Amino acid sequence: MAKITYQHPNGTVTVVDVEAPNTVMRGAKLNNVDGIEAQCGGSAQCGTCHVYVDEASTVVLPEMDPVEDDVLYGTACERTEHSRLSCQLPVTEALDGLLVHLPEAQS
Amino acid sequence: MAAPAVVVVGAGQAGVETAAALRGRGFTGRITLIGDEPPWAGYRPPLSKGYLAGAAPAEDMALRPASFFAERDIEIRVGDRATSVDPERRTVTLRSGLRVPYDRLVLATGSRPRQLPVPGASLGGVLTLRSRADADELRARLSDPPRRLVVVGAGFIGLEVAATARGLGHEVTVVDVQRRALARALTPVLSSRVVAEHRAHGVRVLLGREVTALHGDTEGQVQIMELDGGERIAADLAVIGVGVLPHTDLALTADLMVGDGIVVDERLRTSDPDIYALGDCARFPSPRAGRHLRIESVQNASDQAKCVAAGICDEPFAYTSVPWFWSEQYGLRMQLAGLTAGHDEVVTSGDVEGGRFSVFSFRAGRLIGVESVNRPADHGISRRLLASDTTLTPDEVRAPGFDLKKLPRTSPTERVAVRT
Repeated sequence: MAKITYQHPNGTVTVVDVEAPNTVMRGAKLNNVDGIEAQCGGSAQCGTCHVYVDEASTVVLPEMDPVEDDVLYGTACERTEHSRLSCQLPVTEALDGLLVHLPEAQS
Repeated sequence: MAAPAVVVVGAGQAGVETAAALRGRGFTGRITLIGDEPPWAGYRPPLSKGYLAGAAPAEDMALRPASFFAERDIEIRVGDRATSVDPERRTVTLRSGLRVPYDRLVLATGSRPRQLPVPGASLGGVLTLRSRADADELRARLSDPPRRLVVVGAGFIGLEVAATARGLGHEVTVVDVQRRALARALTPVLSSRVVAEHRAHGVRVLLGREVTALHGDTEGQVQIMELDGGERIAADLAVIGVGVLPHTDLALTADLMVGDGIVVDERLRTSDPDIYALGDCARFPSPRAGRHLRIESVQNASDQAKCVAAGICDEPFAYTSVPWFWSEQYGLRMQLAGLTAGHDEVVTSGDVEGGRFSVFSFRAGRLIGVESVNRPADHGISRRLLASDTTLTPDEVRAPGFDLKKLPRTSPTERVAVRT
């Protein structure tokens, strides 16, 4: 289990506990956190579960694979060096304390 | 004035996302969601792919968790079908006799699979795929290998079922009356590539052939598929994937304008301005296609939901989203952006044989649609290009070293930028 914080563009935050084997995307959906669409259901097709990992985060994330890297070219909001697809971030104990910022729009 | 009471009929992607988008915009009025199926069970894309193969768990089928509706104060009525609408009294009558009043009504009634109009179409083992129950039955019948599966219709559902069943080791034949697969949706380049992939995996694909009858055994189970010319193919199981029919019965009780779907305007209002329709059942004017269309996709349902919610909140949006769609067969990730019908020029970029390419469709020199196979960056960038005023010419695509990733980033000029 990991505690994940989702920060909305207006600054409000939602903190939820997410169990493995969910992803950071699924953690948002299961807990009714607004701001993540995930139209493709988490199959790295659509880019509508885009998040920005907090710049100060020390949580170690899995490496980005080439498909995720490619899908991030299609996000509605600007991609930055902190951009990830939340459906490609499996929740493990290692993600405990992760803070992600939600973009202004997903589609 | 108090916020209006909204009744949404249909608890699939379009209906659920409308309710969610209304609350997402701060709508405070009453919302009632009426559906045949519970709304936490309606996400359909895995039904012909991972779920059918036994790989995706049932939880992946949830559109929203059950708690969502309670938290958002969305009243749910499932299993009590809406049978008629009285637009003058503004009430929906349910099968139980209950009358639910509305100020705004949203029809998200969806569609049902078309049946095959041939003798034997109602035999046992002749299935269509639409609901979770359909997928469960098909999955159960495919868990007993090896089966001889015949698929009628080389559209997305038919071909995804064929690929999944082939992956499970069944013997598969696909028949389509059209001379090419996915003829309505894809350019010839991609449809022949898809068929080649099926054949390479041992699926028998028969194009330009008509199914004339299905014959059963003494127990009424399908046994033979008969084609024009008399050819007979042994079948233990048949899946019919020949398109869908929009549910318009309820709309007709309200005297709404109907014609291959419930006819709506660019704001998704029906011929009664207090009634909206969206998703599979709605026929809307598409500025991209220059005509009315019905689109059966998650993207269309989700984006139209935002538009309907905006309309109900008196914040008018026109529906102008770039349609997009995906399919996955044998590891080929196919992603479609825009609409390719009516193209007069096609330029292919990449390695078609190797299964990593994009097909760019143009009409009068203007980009109208892009099909990508295992090129997700091309897909995402194309969606942005199609939503913006940026032009891409056939010559640019043909130029040596062409790479969409090198284009400067564009921002969509029009976007339904409503977060749910």
